[in-house]
Amino acid sequence: MSMQRTIFALVLAGSFFAVAAPASAQLAEQVAPPRQKWSFAGPFGKYDQAQLQRGFKIYREVCSNCHSAEMLSFRNLADVGGPGFSEAQAEAVAAEYKIKDLDDQGNQIERAGRLADHFPAPFANELVAKATYGVPPPDMSTLAKARSYSRGFPWWVLDMVTQYQEQGPDYIAAYINGYKDPPKGFVLPQNGHYNEYFPGHNTAMPQPLQDGQVTYDDGTPQTVQQYGKDVAAFLMWVAEPHLDARKRIGFQVFIFLIVFAGLLYFTKKKVWSDVH
Amino acid sequence: MSGHSTYQPTNPAMQWLEKRLPIGGLIHSSFIAYPTPRNLNYWWTFGGILSFMLGVQILTGIILAMHYTPQVDLAFKSVEAIMRDVNFGWLLRYLHSNGAAMFFLAVYIHIFRGMYYGSYKEPREVLWILGVILYMLMMATGFMGYVLVWGQMSFWAATVITNLFSAIPVVGDAIVTWLWGGFAVGNPTLNRFYALHYLLPFVIAGVVVLHVWALHVAGQNNPAGIEPKSDKDTVPFTPYATVKDGFLIVCFCLLYAWFVFYIPNFLGHPDNYIPANPAVTPSEIVPEWYYLPFYAILRSIPNKLLGVIALFSSIGILAFLPWLDTSKVRSARYRPLYRQFFWLFVIAGIGLGWLGTKPPEGIYVILARVLTFYYFAFFLIVLPLLGIFEKTKPLPNSISESVLGAKA
Repeated sequence: MSMQRTIFALVLAGSFFAVAAPASAQLAEQVAPPRQKWSFAGPFGKYDQAQLQRGFKIYREVCSNCHSAEMLSFRNLADVGGPGFSEAQAEAVAAEYKIKDLDDQGNQIERAGRLADHFPAPFANELVAKATYGVPPPDMSTLAKARSYSRGFPWWVLDMVTQYQEQGPDYIAAYINGYKDPPKGFVLPQNGHYNEYFPGHNTAMPQPLQDGQVTYDDGTPQTVQQYGKDVAAFLMWVAEPHLDARKRIGFQVFIFLIVFAGLLYFTKKKVWSDVH
Repeated sequence: MSGHSTYQPTNPAMQWLEKRLPIGGLIHSSFIAYPTPRNLNYWWTFGGILSFMLGVQILTGIILAMHYTPQVDLAFKSVEAIMRDVNFGWLLRYLHSNGAAMFFLAVYIHIFRGMYYGSYKEPREVLWILGVILYMLMMATGFMGYVLVWGQMSFWAATVITNLFSAIPVVGDAIVTWLWGGFAVGNPTLNRFYALHYLLPFVIAGVVVLHVWALHVAGQNNPAGIEPKSDKDTVPFTPYATVKDGFLIVCFCLLYAWFVFYIPNFLGHPDNYIPANPAVTPSEIVPEWYYLPFYAILRSIPNKLLGVIALFSSIGILAFLPWLDTSKVRSARYRPLYRQFFWLFVIAGIGLGWLGTKPPEGIYVILARVLTFYYFAFFLIVLPLLGIFEKTKPLPNSISESVLGAKA
């Protein structure tokens, strides 16, 4: 009886989280993106360096023409848990960019990028971006965590247990592959583009990637399918650069807590043995 | 804090201090010799868990404050800089944001435990009211902390919540302008929320001291809901309660760590990773999960002013619980009818939380109204009448009898 009550109460406590989560439930008619296999999913997940390097190549050659990633610095390319470029490689990337700066006399100059610089935005300010594209292309620094889709009950409850947290990258990969002709009767506004996975289907961005557009030198297939996954993985790293460390330390913390809880349990049993 | 201290320091330095400031005796009588009922179950460990969470929040919060910039153009960026460039900044921030959720989870369990076992009844009314004040302070603190991130959801939550005050007749708009420090949510709003978010946790800590003080004057309630009668009914706080609390705190940390390390953004809204933009309204504005039941109550009422009154009453009514419940018996163990109404109340609370995530239309509005009615009826109709009509079960003669049966 008491055990049943305890379980009942725990279930109720658990359902507090239940009501919490699926915040994006009301997004306009969103199609659930297919689930991908990600190297960084699950408790032992880690970024795949080669995939991040490929994703970075796509970002540099395609995305960054319109999208900024203002929290990303050149030095990050050589950070532990990232795409695994050497410091020299990161420096070489930085040197290819022109950074606006002031010289000692206060004159405006353009100099070569350095490791400490952030990736420069492709437009001078948001107004220019808006005037050029109609809608300012979102900054990509936190994009992979700012996108999601509704999982619906009961899946999002199970996601708590299975640690499915990759809704953002799944959505981005699907979005890249989601360009289609609009179905009959769908009125697409001028300058709109039909995308199966975009909420409401009318997206401002034209299809950004075609098969073979970005050259891979490691033999990976040069398809939009693959591009979508690689750039989504890269954007996840940009949004959550310390994921590897987080999961690694998390496992150590769990080992510690489980052992500690075990010791305390037996201590408690011993202490209380003369009372019960 | 109860009666004269039995503390006899052996260390000469401690003897010297004790004559001048009897702090050793205070700690000894409060946390070592303090008698706790021997029949407390694990639901009684949540007070300890809450103290622990308050400590975690203050500690992580102070370090986060060293790196945070409360300025509308820099706030979001400074949070992201913490996530990226501060050593273990991601850990501090995830500990703090998920810590708030864990704090609320623990406080809800703590409140429901108090309601189930009648812990608010005489002589613990002041203890209970201090708890309600703590809960309100927590809600204010949590809300303002959420705004500091200055993402889309932060900004629009701040706009929606502060706008509630515009429902007040005549002076409503003036009050909202005064709260904002301007004519819209902006830099002055962010600045004052930051100042208050730093201040309120210390107010909470102060009220916690009063809460613990009141607890130690009245003594703890227990699952039997009867007062200890002899030494056989109690055990000293240390080691008995300390080791039990310690064990449960570590178990609670397992849940906490699961969120922090593996699903740190599960309880957050993805839109809050978009910087605040006053020109773009999100497709949906939802509060953090721990406010959802009250959000549903607010939206279930078609009139704005009445909705706001219902919202604040639904929290404020808790303070009157000791007098609304007319039953002489404390514990739901011996109150078969109350027990059923209690679980219905819990289900109504969770149901309202679920409805808080749903758009206020169609069946959701009707359900929210039904549950809101039950929420208030529980306090205003069920509890006063149950005390008169309910046939309670016989109480045990003593705590030790309730634990050991006839052996005692």
